Amino acid sequence: MNRRTFHLILIYSIWVVIGLVLAVPAAIYLLWPPRPKRESEWIEAGSIEQLPLGTPEEFIFRRNRVDGWKVNSEKATAWVVKMKENELVAFAPQCPHLGCAYHWNPKKSEFLCPCHASTFSIEGKVLTGPAPRALDRFEVKVEGDKLMLGSVHKSGEVSS
Amino acid sequence: MKQLKRRLIDWIEHRTGLETAVKNFLYEQIPASSGWHQVLGSVAVFLFLVQAFTGLLLAFNYAPTPGEAYNSLKYIVTELTGGQLMRGLHHWGASMMIVVVVLHMVQVFLYGAYKKPREATWIVGVTLLLLTLGFGLTGYLLPWDNRAYWGTVITTQIAAKAPLVGPYLTRLLGSDGNIGVVTFARFFGLHVLLLPAITTFLIASHIYLVRKHGVTPAPGDNRPPKKFFPEQVYKDTVAIFVAFVILFVMAVVVKVPLERLADPTDTSYIPRPDWYFLFLFQLLKLFEGPLEVVGTVVLPTLAIVALLLVPFVDRGKAKRLAQRTVASCAVVLAALGWTGLTIAAIATTPKSVPGVAEGTVTNEGWQTLSPEALAGIGYYRQEQCDSCHNLTEGKAKVGPNLATTTIKRSVGWMVDHFKNPVRMVPGSSMPPIHLSDAQLSALAAFLLTVTPKNAADLESAPNAVVDGAIVYQAQQCGMCHILNGVGVEVGPVLNGVASRHRKAWIEEQIRSPKRHFPDSMMPAANLNPRDMEALVTYLTSLLSN
Repeated sequence: MNRRTFHLILIYSIWVVIGLVLAVPAAIYLLWPPRPKRESEWIEAGSIEQLPLGTPEEFIFRRNRVDGWKVNSEKATAWVVKMKENELVAFAPQCPHLGCAYHWNPKKSEFLCPCHASTFSIEGKVLTGPAPRALDRFEVKVEGDKLMLGSVHKSGEVSS
Repeated sequence: MKQLKRRLIDWIEHRTGLETAVKNFLYEQIPASSGWHQVLGSVAVFLFLVQAFTGLLLAFNYAPTPGEAYNSLKYIVTELTGGQLMRGLHHWGASMMIVVVVLHMVQVFLYGAYKKPREATWIVGVTLLLLTLGFGLTGYLLPWDNRAYWGTVITTQIAAKAPLVGPYLTRLLGSDGNIGVVTFARFFGLHVLLLPAITTFLIASHIYLVRKHGVTPAPGDNRPPKKFFPEQVYKDTVAIFVAFVILFVMAVVVKVPLERLADPTDTSYIPRPDWYFLFLFQLLKLFEGPLEVVGTVVLPTLAIVALLLVPFVDRGKAKRLAQRTVASCAVVLAALGWTGLTIAAIATTPKSVPGVAEGTVTNEGWQTLSPEALAGIGYYRQEQCDSCHNLTEGKAKVGPNLATTTIKRSVGWMVDHFKNPVRMVPGSSMPPIHLSDAQLSALAAFLLTVTPKNAADLESAPNAVVDGAIVYQAQQCGMCHILNGVGVEVGPVLNGVASRHRKAWIEEQIRSPKRHFPDSMMPAANLNPRDMEALVTYLTSLLSN
């Protein structure tokens, strides 16, 4: 190896090393998800005393949402259905298609998404429209007459 | 394959002239005497690029407003993988850039490389040094912690004292009255928009001028010139690598401080500038009263003017250092002056004294807490303060660790802060706590008691006992009893009550005092079973002094 080759090899390898040492942490920094602030917790969504059997109702409650470096206290909603005595279902309020807010259409007894006209049955199953899966559900539990909501599970995922 | 590569290069060359440009750049002729002493300019350019790169990455997760800035930076360093590294590189890169730029200037000075016809190169270089310092000055505010805030208060006050232009500078920096959102926006704008643009332009001009005049040969170098690539590029690259390794190790090993959120009411804070401004800081102390302006404005301005005029003052042809006594003396004097002032500044910096909190109880352990402070633990838990704060070591959270935070506050201040966090600590993302004044005072009393030493013990206080303390406070038992030395002695001291009476007796005493003592002044308390249980548990848990 002559002097020139030695110089060339060193120049290229040093720049590759510097490039990698900067690029790899940068990629991790941008792509790696932030460390979670805390475990998912149960949020009190409201009283279920007045909840009628078989008619979805929109529950409005406040919850803390982690948004980057902030924790926002914000209004959140869920569509809650009392299927039978002791069986509650709470749907996340976004259409699984593109995230629009859907509502309950009492005339037709179905959920209707106004964006692309997906409709869902009272169990959350897709009836018509482009929605790729059934409505997503919150984990639910009842404490006294209070409905507690946990994390949202995508429909199709097995919930524990 | 090789033919394909050739065709591709030709294709690009025909359309852009890129190959010729790169070749012209790399095969530039440089004096045979060029060597290791001329690598510093390249290192400075490299460090500037690292600063641009890491600065960009930081900006992707940064909110440039007071308060939010602090929270987002905290998010970067505690929650993002690699965030600490990016900040470390940016922080230490700034320091390193100043070192390298100054060394570059000293080298150019010692080699007489500023002499005719290279005056313009020198002036652009001096301007680049000032811009580098400008980056340091404006970037200092951006973390919006105490250090940043107080450092900038001083900077802007100095600017305000400049003769004639002071008021206009103040207006320009948005520091009329106070440092706030306007100053922050100005500093941020300067740091990420104006300064990088000017610096990039001037670096390009600087390199253009170096190329135009050619690299200065060493005195008496009559050998035929050589090519920039690969030998000098190799030397530059090795120097850059060494600088990068040092920078990277610094970024990994030396933790960059992020102090408490900027607090304009903190009277205990001792502000100090970054190390490279310490000499100016010390210089300022040498001049008092009406002469102060000499230290703050006149001397620095004279120094800058002198630097700019160097090539016009020193017009001698001599380049060999031995023939330039004045020039070499000037370098030695400047170095001595700088070092002396910096050392003096470090030596006279008082050690930061952790202030003693007003009303701090030096007791250890939850069993010695006043009932109010113990009830405060209850509110701390009830309000889930721990979702944003730590008391003991642990995973970093949004808010500061409340045990290590040196709270030098009155209960009144803390209660106001709980009710309206933003008003007392601008930019705080803490939600208001909705409790009564008495309850907030209890919370404050608890937080004033916490130290890193007793935090773990206080956290371990059993819920039942804490609930009892809340009941004790609600029933205002302390109006007639003393407990852990706090209260009014009308009735008996409650410490040791467990050794005097059984649980059932205490319970009955609380429910109907007249049964045990017909002429007792004690009012009967009608408690629900849960509160009663908690209160009795609390009372029987007391140490008997």
